[in-house]
Amino acid sequence: MTDHSEVDTVTGKSTTGHEWDGIKELNTPLPRWWVISFYLTIIWSIGYWIVYPAWPLISSHTTGLLGYSTRASLAVELANLETLRGEKMAALAAAPLADIEKDPALLALARAKGRTVFGDNCAPCHGSGGAGAKGYPNLNDDDWLWGGTLDQIMQTIQFGARSGHAKTHEGQMLAFGKDGVLKADEIVTVANYVRSLSGLPTRKGFDAAKGEKIFTENCVACHGEGGKGNQELGAPDLTDKIWLYGSDEAALIETISQGRAGVMPAWEGRLDPATIKAMAVYVHSLGGGK
Amino acid sequence: MNKTVNPNELTSDDDYGPLYAAHKKVYPQSVSGTFRRIKWGLMAFCLGVYYFLPFVRWNRGLGAPSQAVLIDLPNSRFYFFFIELWPQEVYYFTGLLIVAAVALFLMNSIGGRIWCGYLCPQTVWTDLFYAVERLIEGDRRERMKKDASSDPMKLERISEIVLKHSIWLLIAWWTGGAWVLYFNDAPTLVKQLVTFQGPMIAYVWIGILTATTYLLAGYMREQVCTNMCPWPRIQAALTDEWALNVTYRYDRGEKRTSVKKAAELRALGQQVGDCVDCYQCVAVCPTGIDIRNGPQMECIQCGLCIDACDNVMAKIGRPKRLIGYDNDINIHRRQEGKAPIYRIVRPRTIVYSAIIAAVGGIMIYTLATRSLLDVNVLHDRNPVAVKLSDGSIRNAYTVRLLNKSGYDRVVAIDADGPANLTVQVVGVDSVTPDRPMVVIPRDSTSELRLLVTAPAESNPEKSVPVRFHVTDIGLGEVASATDNFVAP
Repeated sequence: MTDHSEVDTVTGKSTTGHEWDGIKELNTPLPRWWVISFYLTIIWSIGYWIVYPAWPLISSHTTGLLGYSTRASLAVELANLETLRGEKMAALAAAPLADIEKDPALLALARAKGRTVFGDNCAPCHGSGGAGAKGYPNLNDDDWLWGGTLDQIMQTIQFGARSGHAKTHEGQMLAFGKDGVLKADEIVTVANYVRSLSGLPTRKGFDAAKGEKIFTENCVACHGEGGKGNQELGAPDLTDKIWLYGSDEAALIETISQGRAGVMPAWEGRLDPATIKAMAVYVHSLGGGK
Repeated sequence: MNKTVNPNELTSDDDYGPLYAAHKKVYPQSVSGTFRRIKWGLMAFCLGVYYFLPFVRWNRGLGAPSQAVLIDLPNSRFYFFFIELWPQEVYYFTGLLIVAAVALFLMNSIGGRIWCGYLCPQTVWTDLFYAVERLIEGDRRERMKKDASSDPMKLERISEIVLKHSIWLLIAWWTGGAWVLYFNDAPTLVKQLVTFQGPMIAYVWIGILTATTYLLAGYMREQVCTNMCPWPRIQAALTDEWALNVTYRYDRGEKRTSVKKAAELRALGQQVGDCVDCYQCVAVCPTGIDIRNGPQMECIQCGLCIDACDNVMAKIGRPKRLIGYDNDINIHRRQEGKAPIYRIVRPRTIVYSAIIAAVGGIMIYTLATRSLLDVNVLHDRNPVAVKLSDGSIRNAYTVRLLNKSGYDRVVAIDADGPANLTVQVVGVDSVTPDRPMVVIPRDSTSELRLLVTAPAESNPEKSVPVRFHVTDIGLGEVASATDNFVAP
């Protein structure tokens, strides 16, 4: 490479003086305004250093005259969002619970809000879609321990079940075996009787009359005549197809001997009333609401 | 533009090419002729459409915008006369862009960069600004003289300059003003703007477009084409030897001589070129080049040099079109004494036309057959199926109904799948059993939660297709979507 520019004899143009393997670079000058614009952009960038955060220091950085930070900007955006939502959530809070599902806009809002809050708070036990698991009720079906109307769902969310809250749902399945109320063979018999209530096959040699007798003496108090359940006490319907802890004989024997007392926390105080309302509508709208 | 340097003229180090060059101002001379008339006509048409289209009204019924062409950003709608597009139909714009690009290629393969010379906004506005300049400051020579003059400015000259820039700014401002009218109801916005009640963003955009129009058409001019626009570079890769570019027919023009000398030589029966070296083609060129140097990147194919040359040829009694839309093939053919051939229809143009026809056809077909009622169904993912207390099975779906028409619709929803399905919409009490009906307001979407239940005894297979029909009960229009009904 040489610094000496010359004139290319073929084109008559001057060269930049740069040469690679005998190939010389013709000088095609940029327009002057272009070069000036380039310098202007450099000067402009200095402005950025001054007004925006730019240079790293030992333990911090230059903050710039505008005091801009992405975090503060995010906080502002979130606050704006809250304000925006505030108006809509106020409308939700004001609407009577029963009317929310009738209003498409409110229903959409309640479902959107409910889905988010459900995911944050309820999904660990009930699953992200409310499908439940053993011991944790499926909220999509039409079988409800404590009632499936909007009011009942909201009450359950507010106060929980066996949560320790003053207004919580109380009532539990006693441990008939552990507490020595029933003997082992009686438990087997009554377990088979319970299976027979919903048409499930029973063990060979099962004595239905004996089973009914044990059931009437021990279970009817909570589960009701014929095992139809009692939502006041959270006693499940034993005649339907839905089993919270399983319907096979072993699971029933375990339930009868050990008892069951699942706990759902109370959400009153943790979530604001409008949110609880939205969640009640969301759970109700999952499909099983009465 | 590069100045060709004669090595012998270089005397000092400074002459050995600076890395940047001062802009050489171009002073195009006025000209009249065929191509100038075409340019005036196209300019009037393009600017007329641009400035006045927002004021064209189109009745779409009550509650809908009555502007023929409107880009409604807040509501995500695009209106074009009888067409209304939703954001999810943005593929029509993709189609439009494909057609536009290929049309550009087609133009290019027929007549070179005629887009640049006649239709490009940069050309149209620059041409307009030149016209204003010429009207106020005079033609090429006067303007050059005025700019070169070192005398102190007189009031007349100052008022000329002020007037020119005022008119330029007015045109630029109107250009920006027309732009914002495409995004809002034009008469309303005009009223708001003049009473200073308009939205801030409108003023900002008017400001931006006033500045760009003023700068690009008033100052940057041909430099935009030469230094900023990629098209001149791309064009080189798209052109072929048959394209009709503005060409100096050197077979006819060389050797250049004066009018007088040419007559003398012709009298002696000698071969003389028609070019009289009058430099009219250079004088009228808006990019300041000499077309006689052959095809050049700066040339925008506007044809003004053809008009200028034709006028001169008419005066000296020689045939017109010493410069014309032509190509090298024909120059060589003429030199060989053959007749020129023009091949507008050739594989390249056929392919481009076919692509335009195909894409355009598909677009028109889809547009003509598109439904104004649509339904999308999304199966719940978790849980996919729910067993109810009586043993029946329920699947839940999110259903989105789209009503693109200008009136509210009442639709009934049916599910067609395994036997005895019942359909229920959350929040809707069915009047007719198992056929829920909902209202979809005009020009909107509704999202519904749909519950489909199969009775216990039906025992559906693991997964069965289920087809959802949404029927406008007034018009009978039907939209359908398919999903699956899944057993646990």
